[in-house]
Amino acid sequence: MDIVLQQLVNGLTLGSVYGLIAIGYTMVYGIIGMINFAHGDVYMVSSYLTAIAIALFSFFGLESFPIIIFGTLIFTIIVTGAYGWVIERVAYRPLRNSSRLSVLISAIGMSLILQNYVQISQGARQQGIPTMLTGAIRFDIGDGFVQITYMKLFILFAAFLGMGVLTYIIQKTKLGRMCRATQQDRKMASILGINTDRVISSVFVIGAAMAALAGVLVTLDYGAFDFYVGFIIGIKAFTAAVLGGIGSLPGAMLGGVILGLSEALFAGLISSDYKDVFSFSLLVIILIFRPSGLLGKPEVEKV
Amino acid sequence: MSQETGINIASSIKDTIIAGLLALIVFGPVVGILLDGYGFETRFDDVAWIVAIVMAGRFAISVFVQTEAGKKFIYRQLIKEDGVTVTAPDYKSKMRYIIPIVIIIGLIAPFIASKYVLTVVILGLIYVLLGLGLNIVVGLAGLLDLGFVGFYAIGAYGLALGYEYLGLGFWSMLPLAAIMAGVAGAILGFPVLRMHGDYLAIVTLGFGEIIRLVLTNWTEFTHGPNGVSAPLPTLFGLEFKRRSRDGTPFHEFFGLSYDSAFKYIFIYLVLFLVVLAVLYVKHRLTRMPIGRAWEALREDEIACRSLGLNHVLVKLSAFTLGAATGGIAGVFFATYQGFVNPSSFTFFESALILAIVVLGGMGSTLGVVIAAFVLTVAPEMLREFADYRVLMFGILMVVMMIWKPRGLVRVTRKGFATRKGVVK
Repeated sequence: MDIVLQQLVNGLTLGSVYGLIAIGYTMVYGIIGMINFAHGDVYMVSSYLTAIAIALFSFFGLESFPIIIFGTLIFTIIVTGAYGWVIERVAYRPLRNSSRLSVLISAIGMSLILQNYVQISQGARQQGIPTMLTGAIRFDIGDGFVQITYMKLFILFAAFLGMGVLTYIIQKTKLGRMCRATQQDRKMASILGINTDRVISSVFVIGAAMAALAGVLVTLDYGAFDFYVGFIIGIKAFTAAVLGGIGSLPGAMLGGVILGLSEALFAGLISSDYKDVFSFSLLVIILIFRPSGLLGKPEVEKV
Repeated sequence: MSQETGINIASSIKDTIIAGLLALIVFGPVVGILLDGYGFETRFDDVAWIVAIVMAGRFAISVFVQTEAGKKFIYRQLIKEDGVTVTAPDYKSKMRYIIPIVIIIGLIAPFIASKYVLTVVILGLIYVLLGLGLNIVVGLAGLLDLGFVGFYAIGAYGLALGYEYLGLGFWSMLPLAAIMAGVAGAILGFPVLRMHGDYLAIVTLGFGEIIRLVLTNWTEFTHGPNGVSAPLPTLFGLEFKRRSRDGTPFHEFFGLSYDSAFKYIFIYLVLFLVVLAVLYVKHRLTRMPIGRAWEALREDEIACRSLGLNHVLVKLSAFTLGAATGGIAGVFFATYQGFVNPSSFTFFESALILAIVVLGGMGSTLGVVIAAFVLTVAPEMLREFADYRVLMFGILMVVMMIWKPRGLVRVTRKGFATRKGVVK
């Protein structure tokens, strides 16, 4: 019983992180219909940026935890956002009218470039950051106990705050309205005076910023990372996006949480060696039986 | 507007400064600050170089697109005609002279070449096989398969595990591995091929990773990361080892002194013949109705379905054949290495094979052969740039997609003409 509860707590935090990354996949897919294969590696870059920011802050003698966290978040989100913009400009915009296959291959190329670029500039070895926030809340249940670290609470809080801000931007602001219009009909939106290229760029920046938030949170909690972390977490976040229905924002969050919970339960109760196999199998099964996901609309192919 | 014909230096400079600032933001932290434990070292000179290169490049491009030549270049890119060169019906390709010469050279080469060159060429040929297999799937049928390495792994582990548990040798596993990989392709493909192109890419990626993770984690059966040894091929039961447990080894039978190059020569010759056979089969297939159906489906799926093609079966045939070719390549890889472990079958391998197909040209056989050799032999030659290999592949994929999405070698196809005396 305590194992199940503990895994539910772990799964919820993991799932909210998946949800944050899945937002990048789902928004880009919704707006230009491509799988941004390099998105997982954008997340990976943000882990490095987190460590770099923390190293810089401690070098300048800042010790206070809130300032470091806040500064790291702002720094990482800005720089990762710039990555999102540059990637879109260099690798995807020239291919706007090409076949989907070309764009996808270009995205795979971009993913390899990011991985190898970080490997060359930062070295192949695993990197780490010092533990910043310690302590936990402990609940005794029968013989065992459930432990929720403050870091996990912080992750949940920050992730849901990030999702709330994003929902506000998409639902209430002018940029959000332009995004939704472009998503519904790109040609019509541009006829009505929306600069769709700029909207697409901003979607990439938003996606990268969400990945950056996830990158900061996971790095703070987990502490260690290397240039390859983006690959697995990227596929899993994509699974989450597909599970929730690709193109749908609430779907990405819901899918992330469901995937996180089911993966944590699988790891805790059945086998932790095969938890990645479980996630990938889940992806294959969803795509076969319900490709439109939980909240997505079925896609109609037009000539 | 008088500005339109001239070069607007001011806007170029503005572009350049923006590019420089972005380069500083993007490359500054990651390149400039090298993490070292919890501290860091700075490398600002590298950042300065990168920013300078980006700014110079942006300025050059910005000025170039405003010149007459640049405008023409962009126009050509915009109206870029994709497609094939159709030759006249009575056109005889020069290839009919080149191919026999290549075959003869290929058959003589192993007896002259050094052992090192031979091993590199064997690896190149294995990638030719992989490229040809994936070319059927991606190039001809237009299905992006990111888990091709899964079929390669099935072939390689098929030989290693078939030998360990069932005592099957190279020659029995060669067709069996092709069948196994083909069946795996069909089982995976049947439900998956109904779906949308991009989803197919992700599902196959997931499949490739599942295969690798199972090979890594199922230690009782596959020995996990430690790997399994694979047998060498035999020539009518003669082994290529120094000593043979049962029967005479090859060199004793022919009264030669032992040389470890013998086994590579033999693997090379078998592989060379298999590659030729696959090339021939593929050449014929593209001219058969099934090959035409693949390409038609790649170009316009909805039109094909309206014309009555069963799209699932057509795609499935491409997927199965591609997978079987991958399986054969896996058998050769295992026997050539003498040993297989899961680290040979990562996603990077799939990306490399994809790079071969992309560079060689979607659907072009010659292009794939050349690209496979370039991408496998070049890294052997340029050892000092080994770290930059993946970066190069990535840049190659992006640049090729923007510049020449159909690959470097243009597909040519023979035109049709009515036979004389048949149609009046």
